[in-house]
Amino acid sequence: MSLSMEGIRPHYPDYSNAPMQRHFSPYADNGGSVVAIAGDDFVVIGADTRLSAGFSIYTRDQNKLFPLSKTTVLGCAGCWCDTLTLTRILTSRMQMYQQEHNKTMSTVACAQMLSTMLYYKRFFPYYISNVLVGLDNEGKGCVYSYDPIGHCEKATYKAGGSAGALLQPLLDNQIGLKNMEIIGDSKLTIEKATNIIKDVFISAAERDIYTGDSVIINIITKEGIKDDKFELRKD
Amino acid sequence: MFDPTSNPPPFWQNGPAPGAFYNFPNTKSGPSDEFQHSQAPITTATSIVAIKYATGVIIAGDLLGSYGSLARYRNCPRVLQVNENIILGAGGDYGDFQYIKNFIEQKIVQEECLDDGFKLKPKSLYCWLTRVMYSCRSKFDPLWNNLVIGGIQDGEPFLGTVDKLGTAFTDKIICTGYGAHIAVPLLREAMEKNPNMSKDEAKALVEKSMEVLFYRDARSFPKYQVAIIDQNEGSVIEGPLVVKQNWSLAHMISGYN
Amino acid sequence: MSSIGTGYDLSASQFSPDGRVFQVEYAMKAVENSGTIIGLKAKDGVILAAEKLILSKLHETGTNRRIFNIDTHIGMAVSGLIADARQIVEIARKEAAAYRTKYGTKIPVKFLNDRVSMYIHAYTLYSAIRPYGCSVILSSFDNDEPEMYTIDPSGVSFGFHGCATGKAKQSAKTEIEKLKLGNYTCKELVKEAAKIIYTVHDELKDKNFELELSWVCKDSKGVHEKVPDSVYSDAEKAAKQAMEADSESDTEDM
Repeated sequence: MSLSMEGIRPHYPDYSNAPMQRHFSPYADNGGSVVAIAGDDFVVIGADTRLSAGFSIYTRDQNKLFPLSKTTVLGCAGCWCDTLTLTRILTSRMQMYQQEHNKTMSTVACAQMLSTMLYYKRFFPYYISNVLVGLDNEGKGCVYSYDPIGHCEKATYKAGGSAGALLQPLLDNQIGLKNMEIIGDSKLTIEKATNIIKDVFISAAERDIYTGDSVIINIITKEGIKDDKFELRKD
Repeated sequence: MFDPTSNPPPFWQNGPAPGAFYNFPNTKSGPSDEFQHSQAPITTATSIVAIKYATGVIIAGDLLGSYGSLARYRNCPRVLQVNENIILGAGGDYGDFQYIKNFIEQKIVQEECLDDGFKLKPKSLYCWLTRVMYSCRSKFDPLWNNLVIGGIQDGEPFLGTVDKLGTAFTDKIICTGYGAHIAVPLLREAMEKNPNMSKDEAKALVEKSMEVLFYRDARSFPKYQVAIIDQNEGSVIEGPLVVKQNWSLAHMISGYN
Repeated sequence: MSSIGTGYDLSASQFSPDGRVFQVEYAMKAVENSGTIIGLKAKDGVILAAEKLILSKLHETGTNRRIFNIDTHIGMAVSGLIADARQIVEIARKEAAAYRTKYGTKIPVKFLNDRVSMYIHAYTLYSAIRPYGCSVILSSFDNDEPEMYTIDPSGVSFGFHGCATGKAKQSAKTEIEKLKLGNYTCKELVKEAAKIIYTVHDELKDKNFELELSWVCKDSKGVHEKVPDSVYSDAEKAAKQAMEADSESDTEDM
């Protein structure tokens, strides 16, 4: 056996610069779901109002829809502290754009900017499912959905957040009319879209504990943004 | 086996070496100094109980500073008056709280120096603290606290909270730590039955919550302080108050003996 | 300036052959162009008073203050170039704040005075920078002890029972010397301070001025603040009456 001192040298963690394992996680999953449906000249977006972490409900009345302009609304679900930060930066970017260009940013430009802002934080991402809706330059309703690092996809309907995977197939069936043999040619109306969003949230609250309490709905038309709210189960 | 050809292990590693300046063990000099970020709280305080009533806000917190499971410090006040319109309560790491407290107090001194009649408002402090907590968490060096901010702004009561990540929200009822599990259901039920509570009703409710918390939270303490801010009566800090204990029911709980 | 200054007055980093630093002396001249400020120490506190010269009829009363709060318990009256002075105020506030965070208590004014003097003095040592064109008076009432210091552009500071800088510092000092400073309480001394400012104000050269009064004393619980409105108006009234009485006696003399 070697009597070299290397073997018995005590280790003082305080004076070591070896990598340490961290217990701290900068992220939290605060739940929440967002659903958006676009029509020809309107778009409807809804988000539940439950803010939670694990089995605790922080508050039952948290709006997760952020109007960025008269024709653009962002819905956020995921890490709430990131949401607060992202939306704050977004509103100030909207204001800077307004002051620099003397016009309000279009929904399309906003969608691109959000993607860039998310990717800018590629290696320390905002942990948020974003769904951005609005009217495009022709007045058509549009929906953009994002992953946390800025991948952006344009769609006509989208479910995001904790019940996203639960609701998207439902929307595929009800709005996308996927895999159906006989399809009527009825046009999507605001009433129908709103009703589907309501139904869809009622279903989500049934199975997802992170979705519930109530839903705030924003209906965006060329007249502006209209608010709607209805209650969900609170357990 | 001892090998005479190899160099002997250094007698004192990282100590003063001939011809070199003394360096503290294992520290690298220069601006790229590594440091260890806080990863866990040390001396901690438990729940904060806060509710908003018709004309004001109440925030309560006990006086214990725990060191793990050791009830180490028995006089750690953690509710405070920030100025005429704001009260604040904090749970979590007591050292981090004192740091935040000093910071806020200096902010208030500087504000008074300007002497322009402007007073910090609760929503501003709430928003600012959210930014402070978020920026610390983003540096992986969080301030390990739950902060509860109460106050009166534009004649309306305000109650909000921020945690160590910068997660912030407002509500009529806010409890942190164990209180979130034990006191919140109690308070929500009472608030549902009586949405427009008076100050005295709210005070009684907070008192009850502190009692229940004392029965069940092993890191709680029967001495606590209450900060109250009211539209009409201004703000006060009451206490130390004592939890009214009643253990006569205890024998009915299985496992008590 | 006079011929002795020639060649030696362009830089603060060079002495003249007779051992003077002209840039610093010129900085003191700058102070003498501004309104008078005085500080009076009473038994139970310190009064600061400033003659704020009003250059425009459109000036808004109460703005462009000449007396500042440095910390809760410390006040500073400034004379000279106001922009320079504001920077000194800012430095003093930072020193006070740093002391608070380091030691958790209020900064002793003696210590603050040392720090600010050192700072001002540093600006008299280099050729690339000019000295501060301002003098300041620091006041505090801490541990039942009134304290007052003045710092001039050279970085020299002294403690005083009564002091004055600015335009009429000579006549103000003469007026202050007439007072038995140790006998006054702050309440009484406020009136005297107002009277002095009114007396030394030169109506022919400067038409308008605004009186500023602050105190830090027992009554204000050790907090430096503007004197309360009632105290202010009483003091101003007393000063105006004294002036009238004076001018009447002057006419009688004639």
